[in-house]
Amino acid sequence: MSRILSSSIARKVAMALSALFLIIFLLIHLTVNITSLFSKDVFNELSHFMGTNFLVQFLMQPILIFGVVFHFVMGFVLELRNKRARTVKYVKYNGAANASWMSRNMAVSGGVILAFLVLHFIDFWFPEMNYKYIEVLPEDPTRYFEELQHKFTNPLRVGAYVIAFVLLALHLLHGFQSAFQSIGLNKYTNCVKSLGKIYAVAIPAGFIIIALFHYFNH
Amino acid sequence: MNLTLKIWRQKGPQDKGRMVEYKVTDISEHMSFLEMMDVLNESLVAKDEEPIAFDHDCREGICGMCSLQINGEAHGPDRGITTCQLHMRMFKDGDTIYIEPFRANAFPVIKDLVVDRMAFERIQQAGGYISVNTSGNTQDANSIPISKHNADLSMDAASCIGCGACVASCKNSSAMLFVAAKVSQFALLPQGKVEAKDRVKNMVFQMDLEGFGNCTNTGACEIECPKGISIENIARLNREYLAATI
Ligand code: HEM
Ligand code: SF4
Ligand code: FES
Repeated sequence: MSRILSSSIARKVAMALSALFLIIFLLIHLTVNITSLFSKDVFNELSHFMGTNFLVQFLMQPILIFGVVFHFVMGFVLELRNKRARTVKYVKYNGAANASWMSRNMAVSGGVILAFLVLHFIDFWFPEMNYKYIEVLPEDPTRYFEELQHKFTNPLRVGAYVIAFVLLALHLLHGFQSAFQSIGLNKYTNCVKSLGKIYAVAIPAGFIIIALFHYFNH
Repeated sequence: MNLTLKIWRQKGPQDKGRMVEYKVTDISEHMSFLEMMDVLNESLVAKDEEPIAFDHDCREGICGMCSLQINGEAHGPDRGITTCQLHMRMFKDGDTIYIEPFRANAFPVIKDLVVDRMAFERIQQAGGYISVNTSGNTQDANSIPISKHNADLSMDAASCIGCGACVASCKNSSAMLFVAAKVSQFALLPQGKVEAKDRVKNMVFQMDLEGFGNCTNTGACEIECPKGISIENIARLNREYLAATI
């Protein structure tokens, strides 16, 4: 791996591919979760499928975890390397003159998302793993909706989710089109940029609506 | 106009260096930034002080020799120009102006505001050329059909003057815009196709070796580039590199 990733462009492309993978994942994740706004049964059914399907659990889930870990480790490694490329700093550096806040602070927005992911894993993933694979409790296909609702009773948690998703939106406002540029696809740049803006706002907004909906409707 | 200048002074590569404050008076708004620096230097020489070293050559915006990070921007606040083409009318009476060398570990400071940009030369030497025998039998370039579209794009890329503003502006000190321009100008032409794979691999290898950072597509380079080199060239560089390595 270190040989494949020995050049700056290879690292850049790997970063973009992991990011594009996460973009697809988020879309699927939102699609499942959004059903909880309309139908308890559909949400339970989909969650039950995702939670018990062999391919999802033992193929897609490990790939996803690898993708997330790769993405943030690589992101921080690149950030450090880039800092090391200029050890004597400018006394005055007007970054805002030529680049957006989002593009200059991917590690900041990424760091907040990472902190959120830790919370998110403690909230849902660890209990889930415990339920299924450690305590091996009997599967109840109708338990998911209540579990979800229960999580969003705490206003602090809801607040943390909202903040994290705002930062995710900022991360994606730069990241989405950046990933396409990184893999060399710039033929449809305007299209990608518009699509990126829609995605970057709509997906986090969807998650925020879900969190708020369950907070106000339990 | 009267100005306060905060200028980086550094005796040599080993010196730590520091910002020193100077005052200049009666600066005409029609002067170029370098002429303003000349005025300051003349006053320093008159006082028997060491003048401030800075790079320049053509003073016509074509050679790429002048540099300077002015108020935190490469070549100062104006767009599409080099420092020699920056005019004092861009500033107001009473302004404080920060003047620093282009910063990147790959561009070490030689003295004061002069930096060593030989890293760019070494990248060029790694592949920024085409090999043709000047035997007298070389085919006339005009007899090779090239689409107007590609010829224009190649010409745009070829207008890079190797000034280093892209590196200086980039928060990552990435040289991708420069390398992208130098790769693109050949990648778009049939003459460049023959050595395309080796060229892109060798130039990127040398770029990494010089210690430039990784591009994160902030786009700062494109905004600060005096020749308006587009980051579309960086996407092309990535494509060329992928095609050459996979
Ligand atoms: C786990 C926490 C995360 C951290 C620490 C993180 C960090 C970073 C950093 C530092 C970069 C800039 C690196 C570069 O462009 O070279 C980046 C880029 C990116 N991130 Fe994240 N990120 C995280 C999560 C996510 C998530 C959940 C998504 C989307 C679903 C995402 C999408 C992107 C995209 C699209 C890019 C642009 C890739 C490119 O420019 O080629 N990130 N991330
Ligand atoms: S790409 Fe633009 S900023 Fe960079 S070296 Fe060439 S002319 Fe200068
Ligand atoms: S001195 Fe030649 S471009 Fe400024």
